[in-house]
Amino acid sequence: MSYGQREVLRGVDLEIMENEIFGIIGPANSGKTTFLRALNRMEDFNPTMRVAGSVFFNGRDIREIRNVYELRRRIGVVFPLPVGLPLSVYENVAFAPRLAGIRHRTDLDEIVERCLRRAALWEEVKDRLDALGSLLSGGQQQRLTIARALSQNPELLLLDEFSIAVDPVTTMRIEDVLRELRSEVTIILVTNLVQQARRLADHTAFFLSGELVEVGVTEDFFTGPVEDPRTRAYVEGRFG
Amino acid sequence: MFSATRRDARNRRVERLFRAVFLFMTLVLIIPVVLILAVLIYKGAPIVSFDFLFKPPTNGMTAGGIFPALLGTIWLVAVALIASVPVAVAAAIYLSEYAPDNWLTRVINLAIINLAGVPSIVHALFGVGAFVVFFRFGTSILAASLTLAVMTLPVVIVSTREALQGVPHAFREACWNMGATRWQTIRKVVLPNSISGILTGVILEVSRTAGETAPIMFTGAALFLPFLPQSVFDQTMAMSLHLFVIATQVPGVPEDLPYGVALVLILMVLTMNITSIAFRMYLRGKRKW
Repeated sequence: MSYGQREVLRGVDLEIMENEIFGIIGPANSGKTTFLRALNRMEDFNPTMRVAGSVFFNGRDIREIRNVYELRRRIGVVFPLPVGLPLSVYENVAFAPRLAGIRHRTDLDEIVERCLRRAALWEEVKDRLDALGSLLSGGQQQRLTIARALSQNPELLLLDEFSIAVDPVTTMRIEDVLRELRSEVTIILVTNLVQQARRLADHTAFFLSGELVEVGVTEDFFTGPVEDPRTRAYVEGRFG
Repeated sequence: MFSATRRDARNRRVERLFRAVFLFMTLVLIIPVVLILAVLIYKGAPIVSFDFLFKPPTNGMTAGGIFPALLGTIWLVAVALIASVPVAVAAAIYLSEYAPDNWLTRVINLAIINLAGVPSIVHALFGVGAFVVFFRFGTSILAASLTLAVMTLPVVIVSTREALQGVPHAFREACWNMGATRWQTIRKVVLPNSISGILTGVILEVSRTAGETAPIMFTGAALFLPFLPQSVFDQTMAMSLHLFVIATQVPGVPEDLPYGVALVLILMVLTMNITSIAFRMYLRGKRKW
């Protein structure tokens, strides 16, 4: 994958199982975020970004899919920068359900409450659902972003370093939610917190300087046999 | 330890000098505005009255009121807005939200810049050729307003595009990632948050349009009409042209009459500009992100 002339990621061959939490770890600029962007065809938004190779979602090449909007509706994305849309909190979370055609007020009410609860935000906003989402605090906006991703009822959830903008207690609550969601949703978790990968991910991939170094059972990275010594060095904090 | 040295004292003097010079320059530019208003009010205020505003001119336009001209200007500006604003906003939405960075987009932007630089007399002649003759509207409010509309297009396109660009890109990406199309994103997030900026630009452009003379002179505005316009196919009088006529073409006009017309015209423009500024200040207080 490259931006203009600059190649940022090469040689990635990964298979991610349904209903697992798949971690991606690695230092900054190793291509983790770029990889994530290819998964819901975000390269369509950036004319300089080029992706070579194929990405298969449920057996279908995503570049061949004609209705890319349907694809994106089934993939929820959370990026490190919290984004509260300049709509009410309620409308933020009702946005995706409305796109999917859900119209009845009671259905939307139920979805909004469920997603805000799962994002650990309900208690703080339940009395002011008409407050502007873009005026919430950073941590609240990040949880709002997570609630929006959940409101899509996604098959795949992509999280890119979600805990940066969120305090440790809330991070733990969201990690609990991710564990619960595993049975319904496939989750790909990009994180620079190695211990978070250890806690949550079944399998993990280690990216370094634009290359996939190793992929395997998460716990193996820490205590089991490792194919590449750099993997063990990274998780032990000896570099990056 | 912090006592002033010789160099510090000199720096402070230079600083004060430059500050005074810049302040002086700024005040200098206010002087013409104040002077114009002062002269107009002094010489024109005595003649402005209810009758002046709502009665037609009499005595070969050397006396009476300006009502037909006032009404005519309102007609012209209103029709011009109806014609230009939808087209300009649509074009700005395309350029801001859809246009890829290719040669066509660059040509379009070049065309807009050039259109903005066309002298108003050339717009007038274009209006005659295109609307009066080719489309066979004849000299009419329609032809004059369309000429004005073509003149205002570039400014409204640019100010609308700026208003749209003022919406952070992150909002669009967040919507696209949820599977929204570009139009859904524009309709639900981008446009509602740009309306205020768009309105500000439109109001400012309205005040400029109300004062234009050349584009309406040959396309629809007449020196004197004994009747009021009934439809867009009629001719009309207009404030800017009326001022020009009674100040230079009509003999025997009392001195305060042109000043009165000019005062009313300036007050119209000022009111619209102040409305636009007040609106913008109100919006600044209502930050949405």
